[in-house]
Amino acid sequence: MLAIAATLIVDPFVFRLAIFTLACFVGYFVVWSVTPALHTPLMAVTNAISSVIIVGALIAVSAHGVTREFGFIATTLAAVNIFGGFLVTQRMLAMYKKKG
Amino acid sequence: MTNLAALLYLVSGVLFIQALRGLSSPETARKGNLYGMAGMAIAILTTLAHAHLSFGGTMLVLVALFIGGTAGAVIARRIAMTAMPQLVAAFHSLVGLSAVFVAAAALYSPEVFGIENADGSLHMQSLIELSLGVFIGAVTFSGSVIAFAKLNGNMSGKPIILPKRHIVNLALLGGAAFLVLILVATHGEGSIAHTLFWLLTLVALVFGVLLIIPIGGADMPVVVSMLNSYSGWAAAALGFTLENTALLITGALVGSSGAILSYIMCKGMNRSFISVIMGGFGETAAAAEDDGIERTVKRGAAEDAAFIMKNAGKVIIVPGYGMAVAQAQHALKEMANLLKEEGVEVKYAIHPVAGRMPGHMNVLLAEADVPYDDVFELEDINSEFGSADVAFVIGANDVTNPAAEDDPSSPIYGMPVLKVWEAGTVMFIKRSLGAGYAGIENPLFFRDNTMMLLNDAKKMVEEINKAL
Repeated sequence: MLAIAATLIVDPFVFRLAIFTLACFVGYFVVWSVTPALHTPLMAVTNAISSVIIVGALIAVSAHGVTREFGFIATTLAAVNIFGGFLVTQRMLAMYKKKG
Repeated sequence: MTNLAALLYLVSGVLFIQALRGLSSPETARKGNLYGMAGMAIAILTTLAHAHLSFGGTMLVLVALFIGGTAGAVIARRIAMTAMPQLVAAFHSLVGLSAVFVAAAALYSPEVFGIENADGSLHMQSLIELSLGVFIGAVTFSGSVIAFAKLNGNMSGKPIILPKRHIVNLALLGGAAFLVLILVATHGEGSIAHTLFWLLTLVALVFGVLLIIPIGGADMPVVVSMLNSYSGWAAAALGFTLENTALLITGALVGSSGAILSYIMCKGMNRSFISVIMGGFGETAAAAEDDGIERTVKRGAAEDAAFIMKNAGKVIIVPGYGMAVAQAQHALKEMANLLKEEGVEVKYAIHPVAGRMPGHMNVLLAEADVPYDDVFELEDINSEFGSADVAFVIGANDVTNPAAEDDPSSPIYGMPVLKVWEAGTVMFIKRSLGAGYAGIENPLFFRDNTMMLLNDAKKMVEEINKAL
């Protein structure tokens, strides 16, 4: 019985790989549809969202010792990016105006 | 981790997709940015709710968010639009460094992330993912620092070619792979694992520096996009380690976004990605072009340029990096307005690699309040130069070089260019008659229907405005 159960369980890594692979395709199609005029804001906003690495940093702060210090540094760095990235994107996007 | 948290991370990943989706048009882009912010807020709050932070830990998080947030907000508010390429490079370096520290935290305390085995050791799989994360993160960091220095002028934009650099790079990659192997053998336990981790970081840092220094200034748009991509792959690798969906999705999005931008930039220069990475472009071309023949150029004054353009039916403006350096975009917009008052049709033509990063020119024109429906991409406007009376080239050179079409010996042969020479008159605003960034002379300068306006771009446009 145990052996049968084991073969039915898929390694969670495979699920993550599936999510990752599909997200790559989603990224591919979404980014091709971005107008070239907005490529600079695209870089700024991808910068901001890649700082979602802050989730790892925040968990590290809940540890003790040197891990907490790593977490503190990483949180600070990612926070610069999150606030800086989204705000500078917003500033840029506010400048794009239509004729008239 | 509870199922609720996992679902919330998924929601934030979907919101990030929406943020990029919005950028398909300027009308939807602002809303997209708000989706992005919402996604980030959800990811942070979900983590804080599940992180079991003590009071001290909470205080630390608040201090870190306050310091980082204030710094980021101040930078975002103050930065000049012309400095956007170096700002983006600086931001990439922060993502990279942050990834290094998160990977270090996962190695030092796997138990807080819930990724350790029963005996406290780490899976081989986790260690490999973590090593990939730290390696790409450190390369992103040091590479971006060099890119920043080059873009910001702290370092010359010229390629630095070290002897045997390809062998050194391969050796570094081999060394890194070897370090990862031993790291896996330690199961991530003990101070030996920590030492190996930091050695790996060091190798990656050196590799990042060596990767970017041979790449010349003209190839910077590719470098900036490439580092953008790397910062995404670093996040994705850590998403695997930390088993976090938000990180996985974001990493994949950012990674593919940067890769596509690199591809578009390479295509805009007719170069292969490999040749850009190998570096050394634009170091020898200038000498080869100098054939010793004295050629004459027709120099013009601001008044002449103003007169011709005032009487033209259609003027196409081609901005390049020179416009950014001289901060001439506002004066240029004023010129366009004066011309429109005279009944002249004014359009802007943008080459994909004009400037130092993808979309650089579009942002500067947007800053100067140029409506985006006056601005056209290469393929949409190239057929119109024939019907234009004046092509007004401001601070661009290589992207208008006809040698790319008719001179197979030119280093830029095959690169798509703006056919400015088909216009009735071509005006070039340049500081001097020197070659372009790629070190290639532009034969257009010596043609009869070309008028050279030699001066600082901003001063020249202001003088033209006075004459109008």
